[in-house]
Amino acid sequence: MTVDLQAREIQPLRNTFSHVARYVGDDKPATRYQEATFGAQATSNFHYRPTWDPEYELFDASRSKVVLADWYVLKDPRQFYYGTWTMARARQQDAMESSYQFVESRDLINKMPDVLRDKVCQVIIPIRHVAWGGNMNNCMIAAYGYGTAFTAPASLHAMDELGVAQYITRLGLALDEPSVLDAGKEAWLNAPQWQALRHLVEDSFVVRDPFEIFVAQNLAIDGLLYPLIFGHFIDDHVALNGGTAVSMLSAFMVEWHEESNRWVDAVVKTAAAESEANKALINEWTQSWSKRMHDALVPIAQMALGDKGVSTLEDVFTQFQARCKKLGLSA
Amino acid sequence: MSNVFIAFQVNEESRPVVDAIMADNPNATAVYSPGLVKIDAPNSLVIKRETIEEQLGQRYDLQQMQVNLVTLSGHIDEDDDQFTLSWNH
Repeated sequence: MTVDLQAREIQPLRNTFSHVARYVGDDKPATRYQEATFGAQATSNFHYRPTWDPEYELFDASRSKVVLADWYVLKDPRQFYYGTWTMARARQQDAMESSYQFVESRDLINKMPDVLRDKVCQVIIPIRHVAWGGNMNNCMIAAYGYGTAFTAPASLHAMDELGVAQYITRLGLALDEPSVLDAGKEAWLNAPQWQALRHLVEDSFVVRDPFEIFVAQNLAIDGLLYPLIFGHFIDDHVALNGGTAVSMLSAFMVEWHEESNRWVDAVVKTAAAESEANKALINEWTQSWSKRMHDALVPIAQMALGDKGVSTLEDVFTQFQARCKKLGLSA
Repeated sequence: MSNVFIAFQVNEESRPVVDAIMADNPNATAVYSPGLVKIDAPNSLVIKRETIEEQLGQRYDLQQMQVNLVTLSGHIDEDDDQFTLSWNH
């Protein structure tokens, strides 16, 4: 008996789901990102309004003052959905683990001058509370925002912020005794340098407009904090003074900030380009939040970088304004 | 004039590579058969890292395509930014 094996080609009748095809057409198979994103927002059959907020539907675009004809225009240039995002983060986690191993096996932390180590703890540890605030605010966007293209990456971003907070915690434990975390919290709650920033972060928790909180947290707060602290303080100041180990152990934050900026920029640029009204709103939010963030960072820049603190912060602010101009804003 | 070709498994990882090849090589033709895509091009075919990164929205190392690469013909000229197939007579 002979068995004849043959390959048969079966052409699928449709290349993707019709709710995805409405956005990308059916002439070729849709990507996983497109299938996980387009048409996924629940839009109808809300029989009851939420008892906790009867002014709005369960999913309601009017929770934000920003008006978009179609919220799916806010695409993520990184094309993150759960699968690609976890794979990207797993790779970065592996890189961080090997950095920790490198630093620990060569005892690089103890080769840092004590003064510098204390300075790093003093500046970095309280920032885990800022990162936790970023987690809260992005959860808020994911919960109350509209359109999967906007809310899904926000929920991934929320987890990333939590990851940053955890990396800072781990950095603290690598640098010093666990009590350094309590000292950081104490400074966050009571030290005068941190109060303006804490006030700002806590004020951001009560903003009810998901797009305003997106601009405040992801553009203004993180957009000024990361270049100043992880760029100028850690990678320039600390690394040059014998703290390369710290720079290695905070590599994720720099890389992540650069990567997620592409998403933040794309969202802001697209929303601002849709109408003059949107642009005016986003402009106003960007200006007021970035101004406040700038002022809140003054004492922290001085604590971190001494005499050069204020001028460095001004450089960061000028670059931030240039970035906003590129997005079509006038901040 | 003779053709060079390259073939990949058809999946999510090779899709941006195939899309990038089709964008960079206007004379290339892709033939899909079950599980496989074979791309023919007259004389030469170039794969550019930059174009794949645009398609993908993320960083890409050209070595990653080896995972899904099935077969190819042509002389290879390869560096970090591009991968070229051609016939160097």
